[in-house]
Amino acid sequence: MKVIVPVKRVIDANIKVRVRMDGSGVELNNVKMSMNPFCEIAVEESIRFKEAGKADEIIVVAAGPQQSQETLRNGLAMGADRGILIQTDIDLEPLAIAKLLTAVVEREQPGIVLMGKQAVDNDNNQTGQMLSAMLNWSLGTFVSKIEIEDDSFNVVREVDGGLETVRLSRPSVITVDLRLNEPRYASLPNIMKARRKEIEVLTPDDLGIDVTPRVTVLEVTEPPARNAGVRVQSAEELIDKLKNEAKVL
Amino acid sequence: MSVLVLIEHDNTEVKASTLNTVTAATQLGSDVHGLVVGNDCANVASAAAKISGISKILSVDSSEYKYGLVENVAPVVKDIASGYSHVLAPASTFGKNLLPRVAAMLDVQQVSDIIEIVSEDTFIRPIYAGNALARVRSTDSVKLITVRTTTFDAAIEDSGSSAPVEELSAMGDEQLSSFVKHDLTRSERPELTTANIVISGGRGMQSGENFIMLERIADKLGAAVGASRAAVDAGYVPNDYQVGQTGKVVAPDLYLAVGISGAIQHLAGMKDSKVIVAINKDEEAPIFQVADIGWVADLFTAIPELESALD
Ligand SMILES: Cc1cc2nc3c(=O)[nH]c(=O)nc-3n(C[C@H](O)[C@H](O)[C@H](O)COP(=O)(O)OP(=O)(O)OC[C@H]3O[C@@H](n4cnc5c(N)ncnc54)[C@H](O)[C@@H]3O)c2cc1C
Ligand SMILES: Nc1ncnc2c1ncn2[C@@H]1O[C@H](COP(=O)(O)O)[C@@H](O)[C@H]1O
Repeated sequence: MKVIVPVKRVIDANIKVRVRMDGSGVELNNVKMSMNPFCEIAVEESIRFKEAGKADEIIVVAAGPQQSQETLRNGLAMGADRGILIQTDIDLEPLAIAKLLTAVVEREQPGIVLMGKQAVDNDNNQTGQMLSAMLNWSLGTFVSKIEIEDDSFNVVREVDGGLETVRLSRPSVITVDLRLNEPRYASLPNIMKARRKEIEVLTPDDLGIDVTPRVTVLEVTEPPARNAGVRVQSAEELIDKLKNEAKVL
Repeated sequence: MSVLVLIEHDNTEVKASTLNTVTAATQLGSDVHGLVVGNDCANVASAAAKISGISKILSVDSSEYKYGLVENVAPVVKDIASGYSHVLAPASTFGKNLLPRVAAMLDVQQVSDIIEIVSEDTFIRPIYAGNALARVRSTDSVKLITVRTTTFDAAIEDSGSSAPVEELSAMGDEQLSSFVKHDLTRSERPELTTANIVISGGRGMQSGENFIMLERIADKLGAAVGASRAAVDAGYVPNDYQVGQTGKVVAPDLYLAVGISGAIQHLAGMKDSKVIVAINKDEEAPIFQVADIGWVADLFTAIPELESALD
């Protein structure tokens, strides 16, 4: 089985973002960028499939600026076999990304697309669901466990009320949640080896896809700040404040 | 034009998230319809018809919708969506799972997790874990939107009158997926996202057993119990307790964070609470920067003290 893992380059999750003064967006210059943490979990799972003899090839795919090559190299160093970069400087939306990925899937014919449930930059939580619709494949979102069967995947989904298990007919799009696994760090020898792995570079035009945005960002602002309040030393003092000042008890 | 709300339910009752979504819909148009897709869900349709602001319910009742499998439900929504100016769903796992699948079928770029409606095509939504707010304008002719329920008031559940219910025909089983089982967390306490008071524990709780201390306080206050990702990852509590950027968003009157450091991803899920209380033994913990009331203390002495003081 061939596995495709779409990966996104985002501001590192440990960095506190700064909003640009002119309201045009958040500051991306000189900011540490990393692979979206949910995509790392998807890459890790694909490598575990391969180690278990259930997958034979892992392709990481990124759509975005030239620097997304680094994100692909990162996936290759973790253990993916080859990469595809769909290079563009246009700010891509989930709908456009799903169309680009559909074109790649149609060419590569994988048995599964494993991806993050959410990119932690725009917090859209859409791309996998959209891709599944365009392919008319089964969809498993927010997945914390995957079992591979002959013609299906049994997946456990993290839903608002708890957990739900569903059986997905293959091929499928599966979006992963935090509890699926803990991604490995790439070892130095593997980082060296990844440098020689192939990355194919395409453009949206090569794939015949119009990626013009549908949603315009008019302005990006800082949210209202919360300030630190008072300190208490005892339970009595706390309850008194909650009852008599905050009036929430 | 009319606005369509996807009614979240479990074939028995309407979920509270629907009520907030209806309020958002009424800000967009005066003719708000609700869509119920389920099985043996007549009770849901008649309850939804009573929600204030709803002028019509569309109901599709058939066995292939029993478990809400997205591959079966999405074509139903797609078919009716084009008759509306906006289609809204709550930004719960129900809405997040379903609406983007519909959006792709309609070639629409969905707008996720809005917290404010500026005009019929302009919305505000948090990005980067709520560290920035984006004002965005949609150019699609039908707008598909998920709504952050905590920022819109709940519509009145029983308006005293009842909107008409129209039955639509089912579209069949796509045979792409099947339901296996549910492992739902059972609790007598209020639901996390609608509770007036939430008490959450983090890694500092050290074990699942220790969460009983928080549950006892929750029962005294009529509160819901939540957790940080670290506490869920460690297996102290089930996944649906997680509050944060990638878990649930809550905005109760009172949020008590116990043994939680206050990482940005956690703050994203609770910083719109009215009053935040932090109990943490590390006075440098970032949670104190957003807490209205901070108590630097060891939780293993502070929580029992709080419990007896509440008597
Ligand atoms: C992609 C991604 C998504 C994430 N999504 C979420 C999310 O949705 N929700 C979320 O919560 N996190 C999320 N996180 C994780 C987040 O970054 C933090 O790691 C997490 O919130 C930390 O949990 P914590 O505060 O319980 O643990 P810690 O950071 O370890 O803090 C424990 C705190 O307990 C205090 N403590 C310890 N013992 C005691 C004691 N005896 N008495 C009093 N205080 C004590 C310590 O001083 C410390 O401040 C996400 C991370 C990533 C990368
Ligand atoms: N530009 C991109 N290139 C490749 N994959 C992406 C891109 N954007 C999003 N994805 C995939 O879609 C998932 C969900 O992203 P989103 O829908 O933006 O929250 C991510 O975890 C990735 O797997």
